Amino acid sequence: MDAFTALYREELSRLVAGLVSMVGGLQAAEEVAQEAFEAALVQWPASGWPPSPRAWLIRTARHKALDRVRRRLNFEGKRSELEAMARTSDQSPDLSDEEAERLFPDERLKLLFTCCHPALSMEARVALSLRALCGLTTEEIARAFLVPVPTLAQRLVRAKQKIHTAGIPYRVPAEALLPDRVEAVLAVIYLVFNEGYAATSGEERVRLALCDQAIRLGRTMMELMPRRRDVQGLLALMLLHDSRRDARTGPDGEAILLEQQDRSRWNRAQIDEGLRLLEAALAGGPPGAYELQAAIAAVHARAAAAPQTDWAQIAGLYAILARVQPTPVVELNRAVAIAMAGALEHGLALVEELDRGGALERYAALPAAKADLLWRSGRFRAAAAEYERALSLTASAPERRFLEQRLHESRRRAERPA
Amino acid sequence: MQYLLLIYRNEAEWGARSEAEREAVFAEYMQLTRSLESAGAMRGGQFLHEPSVATTVRVRHGSVLATDGPFAETKEQLTGYYVVEAADLDEAMAIAARIPTARDGSIEVRPVRHTHEPGLVPDSY
Repeated sequence: MDAFTALYREELSRLVAGLVSMVGGLQAAEEVAQEAFEAALVQWPASGWPPSPRAWLIRTARHKALDRVRRRLNFEGKRSELEAMARTSDQSPDLSDEEAERLFPDERLKLLFTCCHPALSMEARVALSLRALCGLTTEEIARAFLVPVPTLAQRLVRAKQKIHTAGIPYRVPAEALLPDRVEAVLAVIYLVFNEGYAATSGEERVRLALCDQAIRLGRTMMELMPRRRDVQGLLALMLLHDSRRDARTGPDGEAILLEQQDRSRWNRAQIDEGLRLLEAALAGGPPGAYELQAAIAAVHARAAAAPQTDWAQIAGLYAILARVQPTPVVELNRAVAIAMAGALEHGLALVEELDRGGALERYAALPAAKADLLWRSGRFRAAAAEYERALSLTASAPERRFLEQRLHESRRRAERPA
Repeated sequence: MQYLLLIYRNEAEWGARSEAEREAVFAEYMQLTRSLESAGAMRGGQFLHEPSVATTVRVRHGSVLATDGPFAETKEQLTGYYVVEAADLDEAMAIAARIPTARDGSIEVRPVRHTHEPGLVPDSY
């Protein structure tokens, strides 16, 4: 990721969130923010990066927003409002960097609650949040959720239209509404984290920025509702997974699987914090989906070396998770855990059953998992065929590198049986 | 006697018509409204926004369930309606959740289109 893209991901949400109230709509706010970044792309190569890129973007976006509002009021013939605007806003000369940052409100929480409003479909909430809060492209979001790009684009347009027309408010909800609304927000944060943790496209396997973003949003939710077990569980889950970030990628950007990771490079502080949160969450009652996934991550975190992993416990946790959240992806993970716990053939049979079911036919992780189990059982020719299938389903470069290497190696072993 | 006349239309087919055609129908509506008013038969009426921006609210086991989209259940029939003033969708949904039938039926929340709003407004100004 180049520096400008990194800046874009980092600053976009804050810019959009602060602009919504100014320009009176999410679509307009996104357009204005986009224009500000485009202006930077044109000017910075010649002028050099400004001392504070954020302040520069805020100033530029503010000018463009005020212009837009003026044009609209003019068009609608609202003289008195135009005059009021002339009196109050933007009579000041250009704001200093400090003023720009101080005066421009951080309204990302409002943006988050609006994007996650229950009157929007779940798909729409996720898509909106990833776009507005994380700066993902329509194409990236479509890939993450296995839907065609035009479908996703249409979903975004419709959702923004609904926010505007149906009067979905731009604010953190009132106390009474908060519990329900938090659930919707957590689901979105979880998906954002997943997109960052297992990026589906591009060179960078671990999209650190996205994971950071999701963890930050998780911490904000903790401040807001410290006693909710799902909030604790989700934050624990994210911290425990993210603790492996330095060990997950090799020097050339290639993916390193859990089994091969140098565990001394795991982030102990993050693991400890995650385990503490998980303990608090589990003390409160029967675990939900986030707590269970955190508990699974905790089993890995506690194993000093890969062979010491308590796979039987993991398989058991996946079995409970499958009841709370009966999805084919959970079933796939359960099948792999069963295989790893010693019942290789049984696990493989479960994976094959899922494969025949067809619900995961565009999901690269299925043939990749199948290939790995076939490899472990010494069936290299069959493993090679599955690695080929996995390669046809993923665009992630580090993942492709890993799969190609495995494909090559399984072909070699198939030629020369032990 | 008072009667409620409910206006149903195929939105996809309507959206495919030309601007001129839609305006002609709109003018016809205005004409009908004026004629009903002068006959003393008009008791009220509103244009609604398209069903795609509707939200359906139900209350089950004490919790409010919102669904994106219009009411779509053929076993339940229309039994009445409220037109309410609310600051935003949260407020409108809260009122919808207080309607007794929300507990065993469904309440569709549809924003009313004000006549001074131009039709089919995009989100961006």
